[in-house]
Amino acid sequence: MDWVNVLVQGALLGGLYALFAAGLSLIFGVMRLVNIAHGDLIIFAAYMGLTVVTFTGLHPLLALVFVIPAMAIIGYVLQIGILNHTLGDDLLPPLLVTFGLSVILQNSLLEIYTADPQKMDAGVLETASFPLGELQLGVLPVLTFGIAVVVIASLQWLFYRTAIGRAFRAVSDDQDIAQLMGLNKSHIFGLAMALALAVTAIAGILLGIRTSFDPSVGGGRLIFGFEAVIIGGLGNLWGTLVGGVILGVAQTVGAKIDPGWQVLAGHVAFLLVLAIRPQGLFPRISG
Amino acid sequence: MKRNFLKTPTRRGFLAGSGALLATPAILTSTRAYAANKTLKVGYVHPKTGPLAGFAEADDFIIDGINKIFAGGLQNNGSSWKVEVITRDSQSNPNRGAEVAADLILRDEVDIILAAGTPDTTNPVADQAEINEVPCITTDAPWQPYFFGRGGNPAEGFQSTYHFFWGLEDVIGVFLDLWGQSGAAKKVGGLFPNDADGNAWGDAKLGLPPALSGAGFELTDPGRYQPLSDDFSNQIAAFRDAECEIVTGVMIPPDFATFWAQAAQQGFNPKVATIGKAILFPSVVESLGVRGDGLTSEVWWSPNHPFNSSLTGDSAQDLVDAYTAATGRPWTQPIGFRHALFEVVADVVKRAQDLDSSQAITASIAATQLETIVGRIDWSNGPVKNVSKTPLVGGQWQRDGDRLDLKIVGNSDHPSIPKTGSLKTL
Repeated sequence: MDWVNVLVQGALLGGLYALFAAGLSLIFGVMRLVNIAHGDLIIFAAYMGLTVVTFTGLHPLLALVFVIPAMAIIGYVLQIGILNHTLGDDLLPPLLVTFGLSVILQNSLLEIYTADPQKMDAGVLETASFPLGELQLGVLPVLTFGIAVVVIASLQWLFYRTAIGRAFRAVSDDQDIAQLMGLNKSHIFGLAMALALAVTAIAGILLGIRTSFDPSVGGGRLIFGFEAVIIGGLGNLWGTLVGGVILGVAQTVGAKIDPGWQVLAGHVAFLLVLAIRPQGLFPRISG
Repeated sequence: MKRNFLKTPTRRGFLAGSGALLATPAILTSTRAYAANKTLKVGYVHPKTGPLAGFAEADDFIIDGINKIFAGGLQNNGSSWKVEVITRDSQSNPNRGAEVAADLILRDEVDIILAAGTPDTTNPVADQAEINEVPCITTDAPWQPYFFGRGGNPAEGFQSTYHFFWGLEDVIGVFLDLWGQSGAAKKVGGLFPNDADGNAWGDAKLGLPPALSGAGFELTDPGRYQPLSDDFSNQIAAFRDAECEIVTGVMIPPDFATFWAQAAQQGFNPKVATIGKAILFPSVVESLGVRGDGLTSEVWWSPNHPFNSSLTGDSAQDLVDAYTAATGRPWTQPIGFRHALFEVVADVVKRAQDLDSSQAITASIAATQLETIVGRIDWSNGPVKNVSKTPLVGGQWQRDGDRLDLKIVGNSDHPSIPKTGSLKTL
């Protein structure tokens, strides 16, 4: 029973990692942009949620009504205003700009919110649980996993069933030809970033309910997102969920053997996938 | 043959005189020749930014106050000395801490260097000071990680570096006192991370494990976990299986928040949770909501400690009130220690035989016997050389009106610090 518990808890943790990773995967899939500031954007969203909760007294999950559109607008402006100017044949300029963005975000958050660890109070939701056989499952982790599945399913639907999704795939396949076909590349990129940051908003709020955060913890979250993307295969959204679950399960199994191996086991799983299948488990796009 | 040089100048006399004249500036700059401008430089390294920034949040307030007190100058051997405090940010990074300490010593040529805020700040600074033989005073880190973490040998000690705080033996004493009062079963779950504090606390020889088994407690320690872990299901399962009624550890706030929520989700409800470090700051405990009520922790300092500042005569409560009035923020435990650090500096400056000599300053530090706002600081009777201990008591966060207040509920080692509440189980 212990082992079943370990696997289930790990899989549920994977839901959170998949949410971290979905935004990254989307950005990389559409515009080949590696966003180093992604972890800090998650924390930024968490702080935004905290601000909304503090001022309105809303439940953190209801704060999403404000935070999702706000993050989406920020994403669009960020992409049109800054990141589009850095995109080109060279991968380095956007990498450096997002790195700079990460430093600016961390220090601005520190200036505004101080270094105090903060947490969003979701009341009974945080500690509520229900029995499943002999297992005790927390409502929040199950809810997080459910949200991850819904988010990824909707992104998948958007990508393959809608006009905007077709536009995303077109610019992803060949930017120049997509432009010739009358697609406005910078607008499409702006929309993709808006969508990515909307997902980030959800990840940030759920993280902020699950544990406490301070301006400096974003970088540590980024690495799990990256690993989930790579394990699942670049550009594949369902793969990202699988990647997150593998990462989560590897961590809990590692911890079952020895708590010191928890984080290490996740990294080892990632390295194994890189060594055996460098393109990830379910790659959708090549290089 | 005695001649008056002014009346009958000679070639030799002229050369000797003009040579002396040319050499004068060298003598003038190498000593502090201007009585009015005697300045003592004090370097202070603290984690102003980064994950440890909470420890330094009161520093601006403290240093402002100290600058006002020092504005009139400090008296030493009948002359007045200006004191200039130069602060540097370690960015919560030990390497950066060593770098700014070296800078303060070599470029700013500080006469005394100070550091505070966990071993990650105190140790690199003290190491730099020791190498360069600059007098150094540190605080805000348990003495074992400070002393043994720097490779200290109890027989020899260090030359120029001094530290005041409490040690693991005090934490153990406080925790055992709290647990004894609680009436919980003597089964303890331990959560120790793989960092400087976690390894020292969980050490099989010098840490909690031998002390707990000596006192008849049964410790379940699943092993060192990596800080910033996202899942504690395994630890929770192990504690539940061992029927632990007490949880302890030294954790950072995000780890404790994750553990504490998961413990509730997975049906593990200990009677006592005594956690070092994570629940030091009121903001963290408030952020845990109702689940913050009843957590227990070590208390280094509080407004109720019966001590007064040797600089201003203010009581601990006065200092806290001034801080709250100036910043609008709740008090935190480091405030007293930061103030005490500068109390020691003032006292050392007043007593030093020669402020131009670093040996004399170091000797003056070693001879300190001062009643400060955190208690008596006296390096002659520490557990090892270079360490002076301050009292430690046990506290519990209890709801008091609409906010949580840290009540002192265990004082068996230091009865002079009054209890302000009694322990409740969770």
